[in-house]
This record gives sequence, C-alpha cells and structure tokens, in this order.
Amino acid sequence: MKVEDVVCPFCGCLCDDLVVELEGTRIVRVENGCTLANEKFMGDKRLKAPIRRDGKGWKEISYEEAVRETAEILLDADRPLLYGWSGTHGEAQSIGVHLAEVLGAVIDNTSTVCHGPSILAIQEVGHPGCTLGQVKNRADVVVYWGANPIDAHPRHMSRYTTYTDGFFVKDSFRERKVIVVDVRQTETSRVADEFVMVDPGGDYAVLSALRAIVRGKREIIPSSVAGVPREQLFRVADLCLSAKFGAVFFGLGLTMTPGKNKNIRNAIELTEELNRHTKFTISPMRGHWNVYGSNEVFTWITGYPYAVDFSRGIAFYNPGETTSVDILRREECDACLVVASDPGAHFPHECARHLARIPTIQIDPHVNATTPLSTIQIPVAVTGIDAEGTAYRMDGVPIRTQRLYQGTYPGDLDILTQLYDLVKEAKRT
Amino acid sequence: MTELLVKNAFVIDPLSGIKGEIMDLAIRDGKIVEEVGNGAVVIDAEGCLTLPGGIDSHSHVCGTKVNFGRYMSPEDMRAGRTARKGVMHVTSGYSVPTTYGNSYRYSTMGYTTVLEGAMAPLEARHTHEEFTATPHQDMLANTLFDGNWAIMEAVKERDVKRAAAVVAWTLSAVRGFAIKLTNPGGTEAWGWGEDVHSIHDPVPHFGVTPAEIIDTMIQANELLNLPHSVHLHCNNLGVPGNYRTTLETIERVPDVNPDRQSLYLTHVQFHAYGGSTWRDICSRSEDIARAVNQRPHIAIDMGQIMFGRTTTMTADGPMEFKLYMLHHNKWSNHDVELETGSGIIPVYYSRKSLVNCVMWAIGLELALLVRDPWQCMLATDNPNGAPFVKYPEIIALLMSRRYREKEGEMIDPKTGHYAPLFAIDRELDWYEIAVMTRAAQAKALGITRIGKGYLAPGAEADIAIYPLKPDQLDPSTDYQQVAAGFSRTRYTIKRGRMVARDGEVIVEGANSTIWSRAQVPAEYDMNHDSEFVKKFEQYYTVRMRNYPVQDVYLPRGICIGTESSL
Repeated sequence: MKVEDVVCPFCGCLCDDLVVELEGTRIVRVENGCTLANEKFMGDKRLKAPIRRDGKGWKEISYEEAVRETAEILLDADRPLLYGWSGTHGEAQSIGVHLAEVLGAVIDNTSTVCHGPSILAIQEVGHPGCTLGQVKNRADVVVYWGANPIDAHPRHMSRYTTYTDGFFVKDSFRERKVIVVDVRQTETSRVADEFVMVDPGGDYAVLSALRAIVRGKREIIPSSVAGVPREQLFRVADLCLSAKFGAVFFGLGLTMTPGKNKNIRNAIELTEELNRHTKFTISPMRGHWNVYGSNEVFTWITGYPYAVDFSRGIAFYNPGETTSVDILRREECDACLVVASDPGAHFPHECARHLARIPTIQIDPHVNATTPLSTIQIPVAVTGIDAEGTAYRMDGVPIRTQRLYQGTYPGDLDILTQLYDLVKEAKRT
Repeated sequence: MTELLVKNAFVIDPLSGIKGEIMDLAIRDGKIVEEVGNGAVVIDAEGCLTLPGGIDSHSHVCGTKVNFGRYMSPEDMRAGRTARKGVMHVTSGYSVPTTYGNSYRYSTMGYTTVLEGAMAPLEARHTHEEFTATPHQDMLANTLFDGNWAIMEAVKERDVKRAAAVVAWTLSAVRGFAIKLTNPGGTEAWGWGEDVHSIHDPVPHFGVTPAEIIDTMIQANELLNLPHSVHLHCNNLGVPGNYRTTLETIERVPDVNPDRQSLYLTHVQFHAYGGSTWRDICSRSEDIARAVNQRPHIAIDMGQIMFGRTTTMTADGPMEFKLYMLHHNKWSNHDVELETGSGIIPVYYSRKSLVNCVMWAIGLELALLVRDPWQCMLATDNPNGAPFVKYPEIIALLMSRRYREKEGEMIDPKTGHYAPLFAIDRELDWYEIAVMTRAAQAKALGITRIGKGYLAPGAEADIAIYPLKPDQLDPSTDYQQVAAGFSRTRYTIKRGRMVARDGEVIVEGANSTIWSRAQVPAEYDMNHDSEFVKKFEQYYTVRMRNYPVQDVYLPRGICIGTESSL
C-alpha cells in the first residue's frame, strides 16, 4: 500500500509530501524524504514491552503495572519533573500539562536546552516572523546564521528557500542571494553567495556592527569586527538593504553560543531595523518536529512556552530557576517522567547523573541514551507512523500527522490519559 | 431528560419582544420549552435581571496570534493568575488570558457564545484546538480573506462566482464561520513592507483595489447565502483622518439582505478619527453615526478602548508596525502565505494622553449617537481596546451620564475640545444594553436560526442571571452597582446546564464550534478546479490534502448549511 502526502515527524520542517510504501505494518519504502526521514521511518526498532530495572538488568512488565508504578512514583514525589514532549503530538502534550497541574509538578520541554534563549529574547523584543511560504514566494535574500540546514534540516533549502521557485521568484537559484554566517565552513556555507566567517563568540559584535551600518553609521565600523572585514559587513548590509524581502533563519550556533538570548535579541533588533527600509523577517530553525507545538500547547494552557512550575498551585515561570537543567543540577527533583525526548543524550553530565539517582520513567518507543538512566521505560506508538495527532511546524503552521497503520503499541495519549486518571483519582481521595 | 425551571426572572429578551417582565423560564434537555414537570430543578431568580447568554461578535481569544500574544508576554501572564480550584484549571494572563482564563471569565460574566475575530485559514487547526480548550462558550471563527490570492485573482477577473466558490471551499475546509476582511489588500501589500492608503489604492502586483475586494466579497457572501454578512476591518485603522475612508466604505454598500445587515464594520472607534496628525486628531463619531443612522443595512461594533494596559493584536500587520513605531515597546509580526498577515504589540492607554482620551470618547459616542442599538454592538475588539472584563464598566458608562462626567474629570481636560462626548445626554436603558450585548449579535451573525440570542421556546437555554434588580436600581446614579452586577452573574446557564454561580465555574464545559458550509454546484467545487489545485500545490508549503481541518478538531461541531445561488 502506498500512502501519499505523509507528514514526516522528524525535524521542524515538517515536510508533508512524503510517499510511504507499506507491506502490512512494515514500511518498505519512503519517497521524497531526506536521509533523516528515511531513517525515522525505516530504522524504527522498538522496545517490545515495558521494562523495569531489576538489579543490574531489566525485567519486562505489563503496561498496567508500568502505568500504575509510574503513577505511584509521581504521587510520592515532592518535586516531580515532567520533561520532553517535543517528539509527541499536541493532544498528548495537553494531557501532560494537565497531569503536571494536578501533581503540582514542573513541566518543561526540550526548548529548555535548545531555543529557550530565543524565547527569552522574543519575550523582550517580540518576533517579526512569517510562514515559510512567504519566504518561498517572495524572498530574494536569505540569511542562515549559526545554522547548517543541509545537515540538520536537509530539505529546508529545497522546500522553502534556495532551491524552490515561488510566485514572485521564478528562478530561485539565480534570483535569491544566500548569506551564511558561521564560525566554520559547513555544507551550507559552500553554497552561499556570501559566507561570513565570524570568530567564535563574535556574533553579537557582528550583529551590532550590521545594525550600526543599517542605521547609517558606517564611519564608526572598525576595519574588522570579530574577524569579519569591514568591506564584507558593508556588502552584507547592502545586500540586505537592497532586498525586496529578506529572511533570516538562525540556529543553535547563535542561540547557544556566548551571548545566548542577547545574540537573538540583537538579531531580532537588526531585523526590526531593516523593516524601516524594506521587508525582513526572522525565524528560529526549530529542531524537533513538534517542539514548537509543545511551546504552543504549554502557552495556551499555562501562559508560558516552557519551564512551568505548578508547585504553588498557579502557573509559575522563571527560566534559570524552573528550567529542567537547573532543577536537576540543584538535585531538587526527586522523580522525573521523560516523554518523547532524550535528556540522557542532551543534558549536562551532572543532570544525567541525578536522573540516574532518582526514579526516572521514560515513555519512548526506542532504547536511547536515557534508557540506562531510567527505572521504567514504556514503549509506545510513534506519532506519524502508528499514532496520529497535531504538530506545529517551525513557523507555527499546524499540520496533522497521520497514522499509517494500526499497530499494537498504545499511544502516548493512551498512556498519559491512564496516568492522569490514576493521579486525579488518587488526589481526589 | 433534565429539566430546569428558572422562576421569578426579570426577563429582557429583545428578539422575542420581551422588554422586562417577571416570568418563569422552563428548560428541557438544553432548550427553552413551554413548561416542565414538577420534578424540574428550580432556580429562584428573585426578580434579578435575566438575559439570553451574552454573545461577543468580535473578540480575539484563540489562535496563532492570540497565543503568540501570550508567548511573548510573561508580564501579562503574571498579571492575572488563579490556581486550580474544583473543576477550574489554572489560569494566567490579564489582557491575553489562557484559554481557560478566557472561558471562565466570559462565563462568569454571562457570555455563552464568542466569535473569534480573525482566523488565518492556513492556521485554522490551531484556532480549533484552542476552541476546544475554551469549553464554556460556543465558538465561531471569522475567516480571513483580505489578502487571499485566489480571491484577488477572481476580483481582477470580475468573477464574483469564482470568488464565492473560493470562499465556499475555504470555509468548508477550515471550518470557518464567516468572511473577514482585515485591511483588505493591505495585508498582501505588507508582504513587501507596504500598505494601501485608500480604498482605491491598487494592491501591488495584483492590480485590484480594496474597494473592489469589498464589493466582490459582499456579493459573493450573498451568493452563498451565508448566515453572517462580510465582517470588515476597514483600511487605514488608527490613522488620523481615517473617518473619510470609513465613510467612503459605508457609502458604497448596497442593501442586499432583508434579514440582517449587508456589511458589519468592526471596532469602528479605531476608524472614526478626524484631523491629519496625532496633534490634531479629533472625533468624527457624529459623521460615522449619521452615516449608520441613514443606512439600516449597516451594523457596527464599538471597539471601545478603556484606560490601562492591554495587548493589541490584529491581522493588520502594517498597522501594528506603525503602532510599534509610536510605542517602541516590542513588536511581533506573522505574515501568512497567500492569505493574510498579523501583528502584536503591547500598549498602555493613558488618561494623560489626549489621543487616548479622544479614542475613549469616540467609542462611547458611537454607541450613544447610533440611534438603533441593533446597529451598534458593544465590544472592545478584545483585547485591542481593552480586555473583555471591562465590558461591565462600559455598560455603566453608557447607562449613566453622571459616570461619564465623573470619568471626564479624571482625563485630559482638553478632551471635550476634540470630542463631543460630554455634550451627549443619552443614557441607554436595560433593554438597549440587552440588545447591544446579545440580541443584536445573534441577529447580525445570523445565528438565531440555531436558537441563539433569545429565550422563546425552541431556543438554546443559554441564560445569564445577573444580581441586578432593574426595578430597584437607577443606573444613572447607581452605576457602580451596574458595573459590579454585570461582572459576575448569579447564575450562568449554558445549554440548560448551570455552569457558573457567583463568579465560579462549577462544571466541566462542553462547547460547540459553529461553522458554515455553502453547497455549490459541481462546476464551482474548487477541489476539482485544475487551476486552483495547481496554484495551491505550487505556492503553498502544505499539500492541499493536508490543509483541511479534520472533523476530529470539532468534537461537537454545528454546521450551518446553506444552498448557494451559484
């Protein structure tokens, strides 16, 4: 069976034009996908059943047992943390937030170690953005700053920017200029019309210089800024100023390098400054396919995109205090539920060590770097393969992922609803 | 079968011609009926003011830009938070509350139906997700067509039928309710950082004018026999001197529908400015009200502003950028491919700002100068003019000249020089307020056909009982009690179920989403129009198959089906 227009649940591009061929419940072929997508669909090797740590090994347990024990652990905890969420659909995220609310837990998503600083900057100065189709149809200048889409978002350029023609850009490859800013040569920088190589840690200064140039203060620019010659800065600024529609995309090379949220603030303010002359937009290259969905869902229920602490009854948000890394580093957290993410692979060592010390339960279909830190792991259906639900693309466009076949695994939503019901019942009595 | 009997209610039900009578209301299975049995649960209203559930015909509460307003504003979230209590979830936010915050606050004010003022079709799924999390109001979505490429192409070809077909396809695909035009043409121009400055300015590259878009859409709307009229946010919002644009727009509207208005102009306060700069801005409410009074086929809402902090959010991207250039606070913008735009900035309306004082006066003037309350509805363009929790104060201001004068003492003393408010004696009565907050909305939206906005047998049992005894109160002097009474119902009943009591929500909600579907002949089905399909696949970034909102997003959808005249 061939299924068309399949949504890929891998990265924030959320491509929705894949063709997946199935033989029963086995995926045999994926068309239109990038290598990451192919691996996601074809290399899906899951845990067979829930497992619980048993001495140095693992013991298989039933779903019922696993869910009941998880509920008990969470109910017994003083400072539970519900972390992850970016790899599941919105409906499951919603239940997760309500579960945190009833438990008085902290709920946090992967933005906390990813585009969290971008969110902080947006909360300071706002975000002039757009949907990706605006860029595809209009942009004549595209800037990738601290991002390497060819590796991390392999179809970003072919679907939305450099290699796709749009309504007003009939010959994209010739008409669109691509500027890449990075600390090193990358696959993406090789296809740039203008590659700006910045000294590590120099992004803030380069952004400031560009802002000064756009403001008409060329005379104050020194001969080089963070390794970038003045002439190149002028050239880049002129390219931006003469654009009819410019689009900046930034990645973790800007968000997680020295300056962090201040880098992003500077980039947004540069974009704002350019809007006084022409049209410019800026967008974060979100990583997980539904990390933006977790920000959206958290926000409409709690008011905040991540790091929400319900321990006082109200929703409380203070990144640096209520963020997962901080709660774990302070060894405050005494039980953790990990859903659809892999903190074992991404968190600082001391946080991972603390996760191993406390009861950590993971709801995830695959064995990953968090498995060795966990007490219980509950395998589930994969959204976009054998579970369906809402996802938000990196630009905020909501798309429904499909269920390609009816599998035997319960979904995140099933497991979380059971947990929520158990916890609600226990709290009631 | 559940039965409820509300006894001794002081009922004002304008659509049924009831102007204040003590009577009983019988309810069975969510509907008003002639009578109920002895076993019915009895609520004694003790002579309190009892109205059909409130209907907000223009409010921004759900969807992409609303949520971005929350996302970017932790300071607003901190400014209004409540803990989980009983069945009530945690809430956050003052001007852009979380979905449950909106729902509980509306419900405790007696509102049972709310229309989201602007939904971008491409992002409709988001709006519907938030609708489901706004459980105590039936929700409707105005659907944005102001910068829709397929529409502008049809306008260019002077093909009204094709425009109607595109509307029919889109509303059905995104489960939208009505046609919304926000700064028609201007949002497309903003795709290049530009705007249109009059209704005759051509839209860049598309060669059509706002006037042509408006004219075509009014006709297309009637071809589809949609329940509501075109819902228009005029061009030039917030620009001194813009009353001319508004008048010019009003003047070209034909009277095309015997049952309701032919055009609904929203937040008209923002479109009634005289002068030429911020220094000489003045009220032109009299000109606008005169135009409306002469044309029964026009309906408007006030777009009242109230002093204090709020967040502005609209599909009118260029306007938000201009506003940002004035305020220099923080600015978000989100253009939506092939369809529309949007922008958000926080603002503070100050009693010390003459401009803000004039704006405040204009909204009230419109409500007082438009003679027929059926033509001017009470709204703040929530949260643009003020959060909806300010409605009770607005009601009190409209009902009391003394209150207006008292407020007048607190604001810029030059206000009276630029606005006629303080020369207006009119004080609205209970009946007029009932019209302006529910009956007129039900009529304007065309939802009386599904039992909304009245309390006669057959109607939906959406009822608000306020702790106000009209025979014992003089709103002219007791304005504080009026404001307090409208802020918190004694009982709010939704579809026959008591949902809120004395300011607290007491049950889990189960709302409906109301949408429109016009049947069109096969040759007008855009699903099979090769040009439409080709352009869709070429220029959108989602596949056409993944665009429509699936039924699962409307767990209790109510579809108003119409037969088109195509």
